[in-house]
Amino acid sequence: MNSDKIVDAKGMACPMPIVKTKKSMDELRSGQVLEVHATDKGAKNDLTAWAKSTGHELLSTAEENGVYKFWIKKA
Amino acid sequence: MTARRTQKVSAKEVTKRILNHEDLFILDVRNESDFSDWKIEGNSVEIINIPYFDLLDDMRPALDKIPADKEIVVVCAKEGSSIFVAEQLAEAGLNHVSYLEGGMKSWSEHLEPVKVSDLSGGGELYQFVRIGKGCLSYMVLSNGEAAIIDTSRMIDQYEQFMQENSVKLVHTIDTHLHADHISGGRALAQMYAASYHLPPKDAQEVTFAYEELAEGKDITVGQETIKVQPIYTPGHTIGSTSFIIDNTYILTGDILFIESIGRPDLAGIAEDWAGDLRDTLYGRYKELSEELIVLPAHFGKITELGEGGLVSGRLGTLFSENPGLNIEDESEFRRTVTESLPPQPHSYQEIRKANRGEITPNKEEQREMEMGPNRCAVHDK
Repeated sequence: MNSDKIVDAKGMACPMPIVKTKKSMDELRSGQVLEVHATDKGAKNDLTAWAKSTGHELLSTAEENGVYKFWIKKA
Repeated sequence: MTARRTQKVSAKEVTKRILNHEDLFILDVRNESDFSDWKIEGNSVEIINIPYFDLLDDMRPALDKIPADKEIVVVCAKEGSSIFVAEQLAEAGLNHVSYLEGGMKSWSEHLEPVKVSDLSGGGELYQFVRIGKGCLSYMVLSNGEAAIIDTSRMIDQYEQFMQENSVKLVHTIDTHLHADHISGGRALAQMYAASYHLPPKDAQEVTFAYEELAEGKDITVGQETIKVQPIYTPGHTIGSTSFIIDNTYILTGDILFIESIGRPDLAGIAEDWAGDLRDTLYGRYKELSEELIVLPAHFGKITELGEGGLVSGRLGTLFSENPGLNIEDESEFRRTVTESLPPQPHSYQEIRKANRGEITPNKEEQREMEMGPNRCAVHDK
């Protein structure tokens, strides 16, 4: 899936994956897609809940070799 | 600056406060679904949930809801986000902010030893309350020896207790093949060259050697002092076994709880086992003395914790008050234990495999598998 920016939060523990995601999202325009890579299991539920609470759309998720990937479209 | 104003508080300390009914205000900063699934409970606990990601820029949503004069404990899954929020709250001027060391992960693992009673032969009986998950395990101590029933995974906490009490482990016993937590019975028995006992009907697929539990084959702890008498009581699993200790206590495993009864569906055949469960609860237990004190392997609600945290109840009282023991109609009973059951415990199939020795997850994987509530009773929600 295409994305406009990638956040690498691999190896980071909460709250850092979301702190970094939020910061990068602030730099995007509405409709652009942010791709997030994280290894913390908790990031999965948290990013889903965060997207819901902020109105951004979680387009897709994937897991490859212990890395969780998220594609989020800015509201 | 901030480091001095936030303190960490251990799961043991939080447990003490809950058991002592001390006021506790908790700000849980996990996401809403994790919070609604499972949280810290207590009669004196006031708890609110605001996810940490709603507090990244601005602490006001939390400050608005926190009483300024109260001591508060911030809680998250592991501790990282709670430290972040606690420091921000301290920065914002709150004076009594701490965070739960190790987060819900350590909350899930703490075992609180509660003395049940002295035993007639000079021994003692302890209940280990796993307050964060609702699991109960037991230790019989007598004449320098110990037996543990329904050992949880955190074997170092039993080891420490046995060292403090100068006893050596001789038996670990599981009432059944557990589906909600990984048993520490086998690992602990290996360390002390003790015997690990399982009901043979639950252990047909296990990959290791064990001692078979059987009615009439009593287990002794200490020099011919404490008798642990197995009674076959199927229903939650086909092998489920209860134990009478010192003619006074009955350990009912996951068959009978204080305010509920066990669910028969965790091995996938609720329909088949519903009849066994009814026979055990309404037949086999009815033949026992009503004066026996029931000590179950779980509690479902924090209100079941009595004096000092002990979870127990008189069998006769349970027959009149426990809703699971008061369903006269057999088909209604069948419906209750097979339909509209609560969600199954997290990773219960994987946990059963680990307890059979079919898979060997590492410590971190074991923790992950056990996260969340236990939900072994039909009335858990």
